[in-house]
Amino acid sequence: MKREKINQSTPESEAALRQELVEHFREKRELLRQQWVQQMNAKGLLAGLTQEEIENESITIYDTCIVCLETGEYEGAQTYARRMAERGVLRGMTTEQIIGGILTLRNVYGRSLFEWYQQDMERLSAALDIYEPVADKIISVVALAFVEEREKVVRQQQEAIRELSTPVLQVRDQLLILPIIGVIDTHRARQITEQLLRTIRTRRAKVVVMDITGVPAVDSKIAGHLVQTVDASKLMGATVIVTGISPEIAQTLVTLGVDIAKMNTVGDLQGGIEVANEFLGYKVVRTEPETSLNHQEKKVQ
Amino acid sequence: MLVPILKQGDYLIASIQSELSDADLLKLRDDLVSRVGEFHSRGVIVDVTVLDVMDSFATRTLRAMAHMIMLRGAETVIVGIQPEVAFSMVQLGLKLEGVETALDLEEGLTLLDHRTKGDNKRAR
Amino acid sequence: MPDELCIPVSSEIDIVTARQKGRELAARLGFSNTELTLIATAISEVTRNIVEYARRGELCLSIVQQGNKRGISVIASDRGPGIPNIKLAMQDGYSTGHSLGLGLPGAKRLMDEFEIVSEVGKGTKVTMKKWVQNNVR
Repeated sequence: MKREKINQSTPESEAALRQELVEHFREKRELLRQQWVQQMNAKGLLAGLTQEEIENESITIYDTCIVCLETGEYEGAQTYARRMAERGVLRGMTTEQIIGGILTLRNVYGRSLFEWYQQDMERLSAALDIYEPVADKIISVVALAFVEEREKVVRQQQEAIRELSTPVLQVRDQLLILPIIGVIDTHRARQITEQLLRTIRTRRAKVVVMDITGVPAVDSKIAGHLVQTVDASKLMGATVIVTGISPEIAQTLVTLGVDIAKMNTVGDLQGGIEVANEFLGYKVVRTEPETSLNHQEKKVQ
Repeated sequence: MLVPILKQGDYLIASIQSELSDADLLKLRDDLVSRVGEFHSRGVIVDVTVLDVMDSFATRTLRAMAHMIMLRGAETVIVGIQPEVAFSMVQLGLKLEGVETALDLEEGLTLLDHRTKGDNKRAR
Repeated sequence: MPDELCIPVSSEIDIVTARQKGRELAARLGFSNTELTLIATAISEVTRNIVEYARRGELCLSIVQQGNKRGISVIASDRGPGIPNIKLAMQDGYSTGHSLGLGLPGAKRLMDEFEIVSEVGKGTKVTMKKWVQNNVR
Protein backbone atom coordinates (compact mmCIF):
# COMPACT_ATOMS: atom_id res chain seq x y z
CA MET A 1 0.00 0.00 0.00
CA LYS A 2 2.84 2.30 0.85
CA ARG A 3 4.47 1.43 -2.39
CA GLU A 4 1.54 2.77 -4.32
CA LYS A 5 1.69 5.95 -2.40
CA ILE A 6 5.32 6.37 -3.27
CA ASN A 7 4.75 5.67 -6.91
CA GLN A 8 2.35 8.51 -7.05
CA SER A 9 4.51 11.36 -8.15
CA THR A 10 2.30 14.10 -6.79
CA PRO A 11 4.54 16.63 -5.07
CA GLU A 12 4.08 16.71 -1.34
CA SER A 13 5.22 19.23 1.18
CA GLU A 14 8.40 18.54 3.07
CA ALA A 15 6.44 18.16 6.31
CA ALA A 16 4.41 15.32 4.89
CA LEU A 17 7.52 13.52 3.66
CA ARG A 18 9.17 14.03 7.01
CA GLN A 19 6.12 12.47 8.68
CA GLU A 20 6.29 9.62 6.21
CA LEU A 21 9.92 8.96 7.15
CA VAL A 22 9.02 9.01 10.81
CA GLU A 23 6.22 6.54 10.26
CA HIS A 24 8.47 4.33 8.19
CA PHE A 25 11.14 4.17 10.88
CA ARG A 26 8.51 3.54 13.55
CA GLU A 27 6.93 0.74 11.56
CA LYS A 28 10.26 -0.94 10.90
CA ARG A 29 11.52 -0.27 14.39
CA GLU A 30 12.06 -3.87 15.49
CA LEU A 31 13.66 -4.97 12.25
CA LEU A 32 16.00 -2.00 11.92
CA ARG A 33 16.93 -1.99 15.57
CA GLN A 34 17.86 -5.68 15.40
CA GLN A 35 19.98 -5.00 12.30
CA TRP A 36 21.70 -2.17 14.11
CA VAL A 37 22.49 -4.29 17.18
CA GLN A 38 23.76 -7.13 14.99
CA GLN A 39 26.07 -4.81 13.07
CA MET A 40 27.42 -3.27 16.24
CA ASN A 41 28.00 -6.72 17.64
CA ALA A 42 29.87 -7.74 14.52
CA LYS A 43 32.13 -4.72 14.89
CA GLY A 44 32.71 -5.51 18.57
CA LEU A 45 31.20 -2.21 19.64
CA LEU A 46 29.05 -3.70 22.38
CA ALA A 47 31.82 -5.20 24.47
CA GLY A 48 31.19 -4.92 28.17
CA LEU A 49 27.44 -4.40 27.92
CA THR A 50 24.81 -6.82 29.22
CA GLN A 51 22.02 -8.11 26.98
CA GLU A 52 19.49 -6.13 28.95
CA GLU A 53 21.47 -2.92 28.63
CA ILE A 54 21.80 -3.42 24.89
CA GLU A 55 18.03 -3.90 24.56
CA ASN A 56 17.08 -0.91 26.67
CA GLU A 57 19.69 1.47 25.33
CA SER A 58 19.16 0.58 21.70
CA ILE A 59 15.39 1.12 22.01
CA THR A 60 15.85 4.47 23.71
CA ILE A 61 18.47 5.68 21.23
CA TYR A 62 16.41 4.52 18.28
CA ASP A 63 13.30 6.31 19.52
CA THR A 64 15.18 9.43 20.56
CA CYS A 65 16.61 9.78 17.05
CA ILE A 66 13.13 9.51 15.55
CA VAL A 67 11.87 12.22 17.88
CA CYS A 68 14.68 14.45 16.59
CA LEU A 69 13.58 13.77 13.03
CA GLU A 70 9.93 14.35 13.83
CA THR A 71 10.17 17.50 15.91
CA GLY A 72 13.48 19.06 14.90
CA GLU A 73 14.19 19.41 18.63
CA TYR A 74 17.43 18.00 20.00
CA GLU A 75 17.04 18.69 23.69
CA GLY A 76 15.99 15.14 24.47
CA ALA A 77 18.94 13.80 22.51
CA GLN A 78 21.31 16.18 24.27
CA THR A 79 20.11 15.16 27.71
CA TYR A 80 20.30 11.50 26.83
CA ALA A 81 23.73 11.86 25.22
CA ARG A 82 25.06 13.60 28.28
CA ARG A 83 23.76 10.87 30.52
CA MET A 84 25.17 8.21 28.25
CA ALA A 85 28.52 9.99 28.14
CA GLU A 86 28.62 10.25 31.90
CA ARG A 87 28.02 6.54 32.36
CA GLY A 88 30.11 5.56 29.36
CA VAL A 89 33.19 7.47 30.41
CA LEU A 90 32.84 6.16 33.95
CA ARG A 91 32.69 2.60 32.69
CA GLY A 92 35.63 3.08 30.40
CA MET A 93 33.72 2.91 27.13
CA THR A 94 35.81 4.12 24.24
CA THR A 95 34.95 6.97 21.94
CA GLU A 96 35.03 4.45 19.13
CA GLN A 97 32.26 2.45 20.77
CA ILE A 98 29.97 5.41 21.14
CA ILE A 99 30.65 7.22 17.88
CA GLY A 100 30.90 3.90 16.04
CA GLY A 101 27.51 2.90 17.40
CA ILE A 102 25.82 6.09 16.27
CA LEU A 103 27.50 5.93 12.84
CA THR A 104 26.22 2.37 12.46
CA LEU A 105 22.70 3.50 13.27
CA ARG A 106 23.04 6.24 10.69
CA ASN A 107 23.95 3.62 8.10
CA VAL A 108 21.06 1.38 9.07
CA TYR A 109 18.56 4.21 8.75
CA GLY A 110 20.14 5.37 5.51
CA ARG A 111 20.19 1.95 3.92
CA SER A 112 16.55 1.36 4.78
CA LEU A 113 15.70 4.61 3.05
CA PHE A 114 17.58 3.49 -0.07
CA GLU A 115 15.67 0.23 -0.08
CA TRP A 116 12.39 1.92 0.55
CA TYR A 117 12.65 4.57 -2.11
CA GLN A 118 14.75 2.71 -4.68
CA GLN A 119 11.98 2.96 -7.23
CA ASP A 120 11.80 6.70 -6.98
CA MET A 121 15.13 8.48 -7.07
CA GLU A 122 13.52 11.87 -6.79
CA ARG A 123 11.76 11.02 -3.58
CA LEU A 124 14.84 9.32 -2.24
CA SER A 125 16.77 12.48 -2.83
CA ALA A 126 14.08 14.56 -1.11
CA ALA A 127 14.01 12.09 1.78
CA LEU A 128 17.78 12.25 2.16
CA ASP A 129 17.61 16.03 2.15
CA ILE A 130 15.47 15.77 5.24
CA TYR A 131 17.21 12.84 6.88
CA GLU A 132 20.88 13.72 6.47
CA PRO A 133 21.00 17.04 8.36
CA VAL A 134 19.19 15.38 11.27
CA ALA A 135 21.65 12.48 11.29
CA ASP A 136 24.60 14.89 11.15
CA LYS A 137 23.21 16.92 13.99
CA ILE A 138 22.67 13.83 16.13
CA ILE A 139 26.25 12.73 15.62
CA SER A 140 27.57 16.12 16.56
CA VAL A 141 25.36 16.17 19.66
CA VAL A 142 26.70 12.80 20.77
CA ALA A 143 30.31 13.64 19.98
CA LEU A 144 30.07 16.94 21.82
CA ALA A 145 28.53 15.30 24.87
CA PHE A 146 31.43 12.88 24.98
CA VAL A 147 34.12 15.47 24.54
CA GLU A 148 32.53 17.57 27.26
CA GLU A 149 32.37 14.62 29.60
CA ARG A 150 36.01 13.79 28.96
CA GLU A 151 37.00 17.37 29.59
CA LYS A 152 35.04 17.33 32.81
CA VAL A 153 36.84 14.20 33.96
CA VAL A 154 40.21 15.69 33.01
CA ARG A 155 39.37 18.83 34.95
CA GLN A 156 38.39 16.86 38.01
CA GLN A 157 41.58 14.85 37.81
CA GLN A 158 43.70 17.96 37.43
CA GLU A 159 42.01 19.35 40.48
CA ALA A 160 42.68 16.16 42.41
CA ILE A 161 46.33 16.11 41.33
CA ARG A 162 46.72 19.73 42.34
CA GLU A 163 45.38 18.99 45.77
CA LEU A 164 47.56 15.94 46.18
CA SER A 165 50.61 17.75 44.88
CA THR A 166 50.80 20.08 47.84
CA PRO A 167 50.27 18.19 51.05
CA VAL A 168 50.20 20.12 54.28
CA LEU A 169 51.93 17.89 56.80
CA GLN A 170 51.82 18.07 60.54
CA VAL A 171 55.20 17.27 62.06
CA ARG A 172 54.37 17.87 65.64
CA ASP A 173 51.91 19.80 67.73
CA GLN A 174 51.41 23.28 66.26
CA LEU A 175 53.97 22.74 63.47
CA LEU A 176 53.07 22.25 59.81
CA ILE A 177 55.30 21.60 56.84
CA LEU A 178 54.34 22.72 53.37
CA PRO A 179 56.69 21.37 50.72
CA ILE A 180 55.91 23.00 47.40
CA ILE A 181 57.14 21.10 44.36
CA GLY A 182 56.86 22.12 40.74
CA VAL A 183 55.67 25.13 38.86
CA ILE A 184 53.30 27.46 40.65
CA ASP A 185 50.68 29.40 38.74
CA THR A 186 48.08 31.76 40.14
CA HIS A 187 45.45 29.07 40.48
CA ARG A 188 47.75 26.71 42.33
CA ALA A 189 49.15 29.45 44.54
CA ARG A 190 45.63 30.32 45.52
CA GLN A 191 44.76 26.74 46.23
CA ILE A 192 47.90 26.24 48.32
CA THR A 193 47.07 29.31 50.38
CA GLU A 194 43.45 28.28 50.96
CA GLN A 195 44.47 24.77 51.93
CA LEU A 196 47.18 26.00 54.28
CA LEU A 197 44.85 28.47 55.99
CA ARG A 198 42.23 25.80 56.54
CA THR A 199 44.82 23.42 57.95
CA ILE A 200 46.20 26.10 60.27
CA ARG A 201 42.70 26.42 61.69
CA THR A 202 41.93 22.71 62.05
CA ARG A 203 45.38 21.74 63.36
CA ARG A 204 45.76 24.87 65.46
CA ALA A 205 49.20 25.45 64.00
CA LYS A 206 51.47 28.24 65.14
CA VAL A 207 54.42 27.70 62.85
CA VAL A 208 54.54 26.67 59.20
CA VAL A 209 57.73 25.72 57.40
CA MET A 210 57.18 26.40 53.69
CA ASP A 211 59.86 24.69 51.66
CA ILE A 212 60.26 25.87 48.08
CA THR A 213 63.34 23.80 47.16
CA GLY A 214 61.26 22.13 44.47
CA VAL A 215 60.04 25.32 42.85
CA PRO A 216 62.02 25.94 39.67
CA ALA A 217 61.29 29.61 39.14
CA VAL A 218 59.41 32.53 40.55
CA ASP A 219 58.18 35.64 38.79
CA SER A 220 56.85 38.80 40.37
CA LYS A 221 53.31 37.48 40.37
CA ILE A 222 54.22 34.21 42.11
CA ALA A 223 56.49 36.03 44.55
CA GLY A 224 53.49 38.20 45.37
CA HIS A 225 51.40 35.10 46.00
CA LEU A 226 54.03 33.63 48.32
CA VAL A 227 54.14 36.85 50.29
CA GLN A 228 50.34 36.78 50.49
CA THR A 229 50.45 33.24 51.85
CA VAL A 230 52.85 34.39 54.56
CA ASP A 231 50.73 37.44 55.40
CA ALA A 232 47.45 35.53 55.50
CA SER A 233 48.95 32.90 57.82
CA LYS A 234 50.14 35.70 60.06
CA LEU A 235 46.59 37.05 60.28
CA MET A 236 45.58 33.69 61.67
CA GLY A 237 48.35 33.80 64.22
CA ALA A 238 50.78 31.46 62.47
CA THR A 239 54.35 32.32 61.60
CA VAL A 240 55.70 31.10 58.26
CA ILE A 241 59.34 30.17 57.83
CA VAL A 242 60.39 29.97 54.18
CA THR A 243 63.16 27.53 53.36
CA GLY A 244 64.93 26.27 50.27
CA ILE A 245 65.19 29.53 48.36
CA SER A 246 67.50 28.74 45.46
CA PRO A 247 70.16 31.23 44.29
CA GLU A 248 68.03 31.98 41.22
CA ILE A 249 64.90 32.66 43.24
CA ALA A 250 66.86 34.70 45.77
CA GLN A 251 68.12 36.83 42.91
CA THR A 252 64.62 37.20 41.48
CA LEU A 253 63.16 38.20 44.82
CA VAL A 254 65.79 40.85 45.40
CA THR A 255 65.54 42.16 41.85
CA LEU A 256 61.77 42.35 42.14
CA GLY A 257 62.06 44.25 45.37
CA VAL A 258 59.91 41.81 47.31
CA ASP A 259 59.72 42.91 50.90
CA ILE A 260 61.94 40.24 52.40
CA ALA A 261 62.62 42.06 55.63
CA LYS A 262 59.37 40.72 57.05
CA MET A 263 59.90 37.18 55.80
CA ASN A 264 61.45 34.57 58.06
CA THR A 265 63.86 32.62 55.92
CA VAL A 266 66.16 29.74 56.74
CA GLY A 267 68.52 28.00 54.32
CA ASP A 268 67.08 24.53 54.16
CA LEU A 269 64.19 22.48 55.45
CA GLN A 270 66.21 20.96 58.27
CA GLY A 271 67.28 24.37 59.51
CA GLY A 272 63.71 25.58 59.18
CA ILE A 273 62.39 22.80 61.35
CA GLU A 274 65.09 23.50 63.94
CA VAL A 275 64.12 27.16 64.08
CA ALA A 276 60.45 26.19 64.28
CA ASN A 277 61.18 23.85 67.19
CA GLU A 278 63.03 26.58 69.02
CA PHE A 279 60.18 28.95 68.39
CA LEU A 280 57.69 26.50 69.84
CA GLY A 281 59.93 25.79 72.81
CA TYR A 282 60.92 22.27 71.81
CA LYS A 283 64.43 21.09 72.38
CA VAL A 284 65.68 18.12 70.44
CA VAL A 285 68.11 16.18 72.58
CA ARG A 286 70.30 13.48 71.17
CA THR A 287 70.45 10.34 73.29
CA GLU A 288 72.59 7.17 72.98
CA PRO A 289 72.75 6.47 69.27
CA GLU A 290 71.00 3.18 69.31
CA THR A 291 68.93 1.86 66.45
CA SER A 292 66.11 -0.49 67.16
CA LEU A 293 67.92 -3.12 65.11
CA ASN A 294 70.98 -3.04 67.42
CA HIS A 295 68.68 -3.07 70.32
CA GLN A 296 67.13 -6.32 69.24
CA GLU A 297 70.48 -7.92 68.52
CA LYS A 298 71.54 -7.10 72.03
CA LYS A 299 68.45 -8.70 73.37
CA VAL A 300 69.11 -11.83 71.37
CA GLN A 301 72.59 -12.02 72.77
CA MET B 1 24.71 45.87 67.91
CA LEU B 2 26.77 46.42 71.03
CA VAL B 3 29.90 44.42 71.65
CA PRO B 4 30.15 43.19 75.24
CA ILE B 5 33.48 43.95 76.87
CA LEU B 6 34.56 41.60 79.64
CA LYS B 7 37.17 42.44 82.21
CA GLN B 8 39.26 39.46 83.16
CA GLY B 9 42.11 40.22 85.48
CA ASP B 10 44.53 42.49 83.69
CA TYR B 11 42.84 41.99 80.36
CA LEU B 12 39.79 43.23 78.51
CA ILE B 13 38.04 40.82 76.19
CA ALA B 14 35.68 42.07 73.51
CA SER B 15 33.94 39.31 71.61
CA ILE B 16 32.04 40.48 68.59
CA GLN B 17 28.67 38.72 68.44
CA SER B 18 27.39 39.61 64.98
CA GLU B 19 28.23 41.59 61.87
CA LEU B 20 29.06 45.17 62.80
CA SER B 21 28.23 48.37 61.04
CA ASP B 22 30.91 51.04 60.73
CA ALA B 23 29.35 52.94 63.62
CA ASP B 24 29.40 49.85 65.84
CA LEU B 25 33.07 49.36 65.10
CA LEU B 26 33.94 52.96 65.88
CA LYS B 27 32.01 52.67 69.14
CA LEU B 28 33.92 49.52 70.04
CA ARG B 29 37.18 51.33 69.36
CA ASP B 30 36.23 54.28 71.56
CA ASP B 31 34.93 52.05 74.37
CA LEU B 32 38.06 49.91 74.46
CA VAL B 33 40.46 52.82 74.28
CA SER B 34 38.75 54.52 77.21
CA ARG B 35 38.28 51.39 79.34
CA VAL B 36 41.90 50.37 79.04
CA GLY B 37 42.69 53.41 81.15
CA GLU B 38 39.74 53.00 83.45
CA PHE B 39 40.67 49.44 84.42
CA HIS B 40 44.44 49.82 84.05
CA SER B 41 44.36 46.87 81.70
CA ARG B 42 47.57 45.45 80.29
CA GLY B 43 46.08 43.63 77.36
CA VAL B 44 43.07 43.65 75.09
CA ILE B 45 41.67 40.79 73.04
CA VAL B 46 39.21 41.39 70.23
CA ASP B 47 37.54 38.20 69.04
CA VAL B 48 36.40 38.53 65.43
CA THR B 49 35.48 34.85 64.86
CA VAL B 50 31.93 35.69 63.73
CA LEU B 51 32.96 38.31 61.18
CA ASP B 52 32.73 36.91 57.67
CA VAL B 53 33.94 40.11 56.05
CA MET B 54 36.87 42.30 57.09
CA ASP B 55 37.03 45.09 54.56
CA SER B 56 39.38 48.04 54.41
CA PHE B 57 37.32 50.03 56.90
CA ALA B 58 37.19 47.28 59.52
CA THR B 59 40.90 46.58 59.14
CA ARG B 60 41.80 50.25 59.32
CA THR B 61 39.64 50.75 62.41
CA LEU B 62 41.04 47.72 64.23
CA ARG B 63 44.59 48.73 63.42
CA ALA B 64 44.04 52.31 64.57
CA MET B 65 42.44 50.97 67.72
CA ALA B 66 45.41 48.72 68.47
CA HIS B 67 47.78 51.63 67.99
CA MET B 68 45.73 53.87 70.30
CA ILE B 69 45.63 51.15 72.94
CA MET B 70 49.38 50.74 72.61
CA LEU B 71 49.77 54.48 73.26
CA ARG B 72 47.77 53.97 76.43
CA GLY B 73 50.15 51.28 77.58
CA ALA B 74 48.42 48.01 76.69
CA GLU B 75 48.79 45.27 74.09
CA THR B 76 46.10 44.25 71.62
CA VAL B 77 45.59 40.83 70.09
CA ILE B 78 43.04 40.23 67.34
CA VAL B 79 41.86 36.62 67.46
CA GLY B 80 39.67 34.39 65.34
CA ILE B 81 40.23 35.71 61.81
CA GLN B 82 38.68 33.00 59.62
CA PRO B 83 40.71 31.35 56.82
CA GLU B 84 38.48 32.84 54.09
CA VAL B 85 38.63 36.26 55.68
CA ALA B 86 42.43 36.15 55.99
CA PHE B 87 42.64 35.15 52.33
CA SER B 88 40.33 37.93 51.26
CA MET B 89 42.23 40.50 53.33
CA VAL B 90 45.58 39.75 51.71
CA GLN B 91 43.98 39.73 48.26
CA LEU B 92 42.61 43.16 49.02
CA GLY B 93 46.07 44.24 50.14
CA LEU B 94 45.14 44.67 53.79
CA LYS B 95 47.54 43.99 56.63
CA LEU B 96 47.43 44.48 60.35
CA GLU B 97 50.93 45.87 60.70
CA GLY B 98 52.01 46.25 64.29
CA VAL B 99 49.03 44.28 65.58
CA GLU B 100 49.33 40.85 67.16
CA THR B 101 47.06 38.12 65.89
CA ALA B 102 46.24 34.68 67.25
CA LEU B 103 44.14 31.73 66.21
CA ASP B 104 41.51 32.00 68.93
CA LEU B 105 40.76 33.33 72.39
CA GLU B 106 42.85 30.66 74.12
CA GLU B 107 45.92 31.35 71.98
CA GLY B 108 45.32 35.06 72.38
CA LEU B 109 45.39 34.78 76.16
CA THR B 110 48.59 32.73 76.05
CA LEU B 111 50.18 35.31 73.78
CA LEU B 112 49.19 38.17 76.08
CA ASP B 113 50.50 36.30 79.15
CA HIS B 114 53.77 35.87 77.33
CA ARG B 115 54.09 39.43 76.24
CA THR B 116 52.93 41.16 79.42
CA LYS B 117 55.18 38.96 81.55
CA GLY B 118 58.08 39.99 79.37
CA ASP B 119 57.15 43.61 79.98
CA ASN B 120 57.05 43.00 83.72
CA LYS B 121 60.54 41.61 83.72
CA ARG B 122 61.83 44.56 81.79
CA ALA B 123 60.09 46.94 84.14
CA ARG B 124 61.66 45.45 87.21
CA MET C 1 15.18 35.67 46.91
CA PRO C 2 14.80 36.77 43.27
CA ASP C 3 17.59 36.56 40.70
CA GLU C 4 17.91 40.30 40.68
CA LEU C 5 17.59 42.95 43.34
CA CYS C 6 18.59 46.51 44.08
CA ILE C 7 19.39 47.92 47.47
CA PRO C 8 19.10 51.66 48.05
CA VAL C 9 22.27 52.89 49.74
CA SER C 10 22.08 55.97 51.92
CA SER C 11 23.92 55.14 55.14
CA GLU C 12 26.71 52.95 56.39
CA ILE C 13 24.14 50.47 57.73
CA ASP C 14 23.22 49.63 54.14
CA ILE C 15 26.77 48.39 53.58
CA VAL C 16 26.10 45.41 55.84
CA THR C 17 22.77 44.69 54.14
CA ALA C 18 24.34 44.90 50.69
CA ARG C 19 27.11 42.42 51.39
CA GLN C 20 24.76 40.02 53.16
CA LYS C 21 22.36 40.01 50.20
CA GLY C 22 25.28 39.63 47.81
CA ARG C 23 26.60 36.65 49.72
CA GLU C 24 23.13 35.05 49.76
CA LEU C 25 22.70 35.44 46.02
CA ALA C 26 26.22 34.22 45.26
CA ALA C 27 25.75 31.20 47.53
CA ARG C 28 22.90 30.08 45.30
CA LEU C 29 25.28 29.94 42.35
CA GLY C 30 27.56 27.50 44.13
CA PHE C 31 30.60 29.69 44.80
CA SER C 32 33.09 28.30 47.32
CA ASN C 33 33.25 29.76 50.82
CA THR C 34 36.39 31.69 50.00
CA GLU C 35 34.82 33.14 46.88
CA LEU C 36 31.70 34.15 48.83
CA THR C 37 33.94 36.06 51.20
CA LEU C 38 35.78 37.72 48.32
CA ILE C 39 32.47 38.78 46.73
CA ALA C 40 31.02 40.07 50.01
CA THR C 41 34.20 42.04 50.68
CA ALA C 42 34.22 43.58 47.19
CA ILE C 43 30.56 44.58 47.62
CA SER C 44 31.44 46.11 50.96
CA GLU C 45 34.16 48.24 49.34
CA VAL C 46 32.10 49.57 46.42
CA THR C 47 29.07 50.24 48.63
CA ARG C 48 31.23 52.12 51.10
CA ASN C 49 32.56 54.12 48.19
CA ILE C 50 29.00 55.33 47.54
CA VAL C 51 28.43 56.23 51.18
CA GLU C 52 31.75 58.03 51.55
CA TYR C 53 31.80 60.03 48.34
CA ALA C 54 28.24 60.29 47.03
CA ARG C 55 26.20 59.82 50.21
CA ARG C 56 23.47 57.98 48.38
CA GLY C 57 23.13 55.59 45.50
CA GLU C 58 22.07 52.10 44.63
CA LEU C 59 23.59 48.65 44.61
CA CYS C 60 22.14 46.12 42.19
CA LEU C 61 22.87 42.41 42.30
CA SER C 62 21.94 39.88 39.66
CA ILE C 63 22.71 36.44 38.33
CA VAL C 64 24.27 36.61 34.88
CA GLN C 65 24.97 34.05 32.21
CA GLN C 66 27.50 34.26 29.40
CA GLY C 67 27.75 31.25 27.13
CA ASN C 68 27.84 28.34 29.52
CA LYS C 69 29.30 30.21 32.47
CA ARG C 70 27.25 31.65 35.27
CA GLY C 71 28.14 34.34 37.69
CA ILE C 72 27.10 37.27 39.82
CA SER C 73 26.98 40.84 38.66
CA VAL C 74 27.29 43.74 41.09
CA ILE C 75 26.51 47.27 39.96
CA ALA C 76 27.10 50.17 42.29
CA SER C 77 25.81 53.47 40.96
CA ASP C 78 25.44 56.96 42.36
CA ARG C 79 24.78 60.50 41.26
CA GLY C 80 27.56 61.89 43.38
CA PRO C 81 30.45 64.20 42.49
CA GLY C 82 32.10 61.65 40.19
CA ILE C 83 35.79 60.83 39.99
CA PRO C 84 37.92 63.35 38.08
CA ASN C 85 40.82 60.97 37.46
CA ILE C 86 39.83 57.32 37.33
CA LYS C 87 43.34 56.14 36.57
CA LEU C 88 44.56 57.79 39.74
CA ALA C 89 41.64 56.45 41.79
CA MET C 90 42.43 52.94 40.65
CA GLN C 91 46.00 53.18 41.90
CA ASP C 92 46.72 51.35 45.11
CA GLY C 93 46.99 53.78 47.95
CA TYR C 94 45.19 56.67 46.32
CA SER C 95 42.30 58.16 48.20
CA THR C 96 40.62 61.53 48.41
CA GLY C 97 38.51 60.54 51.39
CA HIS C 98 39.94 59.13 54.55
CA SER C 99 40.23 55.51 53.53
CA LEU C 100 43.31 53.45 52.82
CA GLY C 101 42.71 53.99 49.15
CA LEU C 102 42.47 50.26 48.62
CA GLY C 103 38.74 50.25 48.11
CA LEU C 104 38.32 50.29 44.35
CA PRO C 105 41.60 48.69 43.20
CA GLY C 106 41.14 46.15 45.99
CA ALA C 107 37.62 45.27 44.86
CA LYS C 108 38.97 44.88 41.33
CA ARG C 109 41.46 42.28 42.54
CA LEU C 110 38.75 40.32 44.32
CA MET C 111 36.48 40.03 41.27
CA ASP C 112 36.95 38.63 37.75
CA GLU C 113 35.67 41.66 35.87
CA PHE C 114 35.63 45.27 36.92
CA GLU C 115 34.55 48.36 35.05
CA ILE C 116 34.21 51.90 36.24
CA VAL C 117 32.53 54.77 34.47
CA SER C 118 32.46 58.18 36.07
CA GLU C 119 31.62 61.69 35.04
CA VAL C 120 32.40 64.70 37.18
CA GLY C 121 29.18 66.21 38.49
CA LYS C 122 27.06 63.35 37.23
CA GLY C 123 28.06 60.29 39.18
CA THR C 124 29.90 57.00 39.15
CA LYS C 125 28.97 53.51 38.10
CA VAL C 126 31.03 50.47 39.03
CA THR C 127 30.20 47.14 37.39
CA MET C 128 31.84 43.97 38.73
CA LYS C 129 31.37 40.32 37.89
CA LYS C 130 32.60 37.05 39.24
CA TRP C 131 32.13 33.73 37.46
CA VAL C 132 31.61 30.34 39.03
CA GLN C 133 35.00 28.65 38.66
CA ASN C 134 33.97 25.22 37.37
CA ASN C 135 32.46 26.64 34.24
CA VAL C 136 35.27 29.03 33.46
CA ARG C 137 38.09 26.55 33.27
